[in-house]
This record gives sequence, C-alpha cells and structure tokens, in this order.
Amino acid sequence: MSAVVEFRRIAYSVPRDAGRLAILEDLSFTVDAGETLVLLGRSGSGKTTALKMVNRLITPTAGEVLVEGKPTAAWDPIRLRRRIGYVIQETGLFPHFTVAENIGLVPRLEGWPAERIRARVDELLEQLDLAPGEFAGRYPHELSGGQRQRVGVARALAADPPVLLFDEPFGALDPVTRLEVQRQFLALRKRLRKTAIFVTHDVREALMLATRIGLMRAGRLEMLATPQEFVHERSAEARAFLACLDWKLENDMESDAHRPVQ
Amino acid sequence: MPTGLFSEIASLTIEHLELVLVAMLIASAIAIPTGVYLTRRAGMRGWVLGFANVLQTIPSLALFGFLIPVPLIGGIGRRTAIVALVLYALLPVLRNTLVGILGVDTAVRESAVAMGMTGRQVLWEVELPLAMRTILAGVRVATVTTIGTATIAAAIGGGGLGVFIFRGISTVDTAQILAGAIPAAVIALVADEGLGWLERKLSPV
Repeated sequence: MSAVVEFRRIAYSVPRDAGRLAILEDLSFTVDAGETLVLLGRSGSGKTTALKMVNRLITPTAGEVLVEGKPTAAWDPIRLRRRIGYVIQETGLFPHFTVAENIGLVPRLEGWPAERIRARVDELLEQLDLAPGEFAGRYPHELSGGQRQRVGVARALAADPPVLLFDEPFGALDPVTRLEVQRQFLALRKRLRKTAIFVTHDVREALMLATRIGLMRAGRLEMLATPQEFVHERSAEARAFLACLDWKLENDMESDAHRPVQ
Repeated sequence: MPTGLFSEIASLTIEHLELVLVAMLIASAIAIPTGVYLTRRAGMRGWVLGFANVLQTIPSLALFGFLIPVPLIGGIGRRTAIVALVLYALLPVLRNTLVGILGVDTAVRESAVAMGMTGRQVLWEVELPLAMRTILAGVRVATVTTIGTATIAAAIGGGGLGVFIFRGISTVDTAQILAGAIPAAVIALVADEGLGWLERKLSPV
C-alpha cells in the first residue's frame, strides 16, 4: 500500500517568553491509502496541531508533510484543501447557508454545474440518513447536534476528496447519538475506502474506528499500533488510556452491586 | 402658518437629507474597507481606532470651525460641512465593521479556509454576510448622529435644517427653532426605524 499522507520529522514550536515552546517534536509516520489512523492523546498533546498540518492550516517549523507524495509547501494551498475533507467538533457549518448550500460548497467552488451539485447533495443526505426533502432547505440552527455533525461529514465528502481529516468530530454529542454517528462512520468507511486521520481523546472511539492508533504524548508520537495490539500495550500512557475503559467497567459493576434490590 | 414657511421647510429638509446621505455614503465607503483591512492588521488597529476616537471627541461646532481655514476640504459651505460629518461618522462604522468581522465564529472561518476558499471568498461569502448586521448597526448609529450634527452645518453656510435653528436662536424665535428641530427629529426617527428594518432583513438566518 502507498502512503497518502506522510509526516517527516515534523517539529512545531511557538514563541514563549524568551525562548520557544515546543508543541510537536520529531513526529514521523505514514498513513496508507484506505486506512483510518486515529491520533489518540490528552488535551494539549499536539494531535490537533499535527492534523492541521495536513491541510496547511498550520505550517511546521521543521520537517515536511507529504500529501500524495508531494510536500504540502509545494501544493497550491487552495488545491490541496479542496482534495482534503475536514470535519471539526464545532462543525463550522455556515450559519447563513442552508444544509444543501453547506454540503454543496466545495463542488460549487470547483465549478460543478448546479444540477450535478443538487444530485450530489441529495445522494449524500441519503447516505447519512437525512431525508433530502426534509433537510436540504434547513439552516444549521434548525438541526440537532447529531444531524449537524452528519451534515458536516457530508460537506467534507461532497467533492469526493481522497483524504479526510476529523478533529474530535463527535466529542460534543451525547453518548447515544455518538454511537449512532460512529456506526454510520464505520459503514461509510467500508463503502468509500477513504484515507482518514481522526483525532480524539476517547480511547473507546479510537479502538472502534481505527485501523491503527497513534498515541501522542507531549508533542511526540509514543507508539503506533493496531487496536488489537494497543489493548495489550504496557506503556504508562497507553495504560492510562486503557484504564478509562476498565474504570467504566468497574464502576458499572459497583453501581450494580449497590443498587437496592426491589 | 404661511405657505412660504412650508416650502422652506421642504427645501431645507431636502438639503439636510442630501448632507446626511452624501456624508454617510462617503463615511461608509471609507470606514467599511478600512475596517476590513484592520481585521487583517492587528498591529495598526489601536492607532487607527485611536485616531477615529480623537476625531469623535472634538466638539462638533469646533470641528466645523477648524475646517474653515483648511485648503481643499475647508472653506465656507456644504463641502466643509460634509467633510466634518464624514469625520464624525467614521468611528461607529469602523468599529462595528471590526467587531462584526472579528466576531465571526472561528470554527466557521477555519472551516471556510479548510474547504479551500480563497481569502476573497472567505471575506465576501462568509465574513461580510455574517458581520452585516453589526456593520449596519454601526451605520444606523452614525446616521442618526449625523442627522443631528448636520444641523450645525448651517453655522458655516452648509445649509440644511440648522438654518432655521440658528435663525431662531439669533432672533429669539421659538417657532423657527422648532421648524428646524422637529423635521430633524422626524428624519432621525424614520432613519432609525428604516435602517433597523434593513438590519433585520439583511441579517443572515
């Protein structure tokens, strides 16, 4: 398999007081075609910063990111970004655009004819279980959180980009809705075979969605492993994340034990 | 009331409206693009806003007076009056343009950039439409203030409803003062309502 995205010895720092504060250090990894690489880490571990280097929202201080074999610095940023779908937690949907206009944005920028855009919008809405007749004309504030997130995913997919970036897209959803959207994500991935980088701090989400998990800590990539390998990982940070799962289980059992018998 | 007074009220009202309209068009044409530019230049923001602020603090009668000896834009008459009114109207429009655009949700702006919109597209399709309501609010405040301030234009021969007011003051004639003040107040109320309506109409969502 060929690498669609490649990080080569990336470093990123920002001015702080007299010196510089390192955000990322010596970050190297590749993302192969069709895989979903999940960057897992605590807040401030640098995972979002790394993600934003793929579509050049942030430029690394050292090293280079290659997309489809070409350094991002050599890409025309507009061309690069139109080949990369981007989904974030706050959705970033345009509040003054309807659902159809939001989803059809990149196709319109790319100069598709109106008829083709409309067909594509309907197709995506159907794929994401949103009835086109009901939702196409709505504004983002008329949607629920889960619906907004799905429209965000549809917008990212609209022009059929080969690469998708997700920055904690489902983090603000309630757990039940989150699981629904995650399942939909999995189904969609099987069908579309896109290359994706997915940032999250939710280890359960990482295990569910990843083909490989990259564990980030303090600006470095601690390890890169499949979900199967990850659950047996012994490093402190990996155990800290896995403990989140165990704690949930222990806690559930405890609360069961304490429930009064009817 | 003599019909002569009515026709004078009508003609001076039109003169007044012209003063305000021309001043507001020029002020908006300067302040909105400058505001947009300043959203991209954080370093210059303080200086330019400070300058517009200082202009605002000059007493209006003094500003009209100051401009009389200035070559090209000064002298006696309408042109000087319009320059003074423009200077007054700059700050509210400039400040609201800045606040409106900087207030656009960062997630929305970041998405726009990440979708591959050019700087121009982000400005025209995202930032300006979303800031429109705030910008118009600035234009509304400036317009209402300008309608009042424009009465002082008569002091330097700029015409408008102030002609009645200054004449009324010098002849101690309350009717004359009211003949200027009442239409000016009515214009201000109508402009406030009208621009408020436009603001609601044009605001997205």
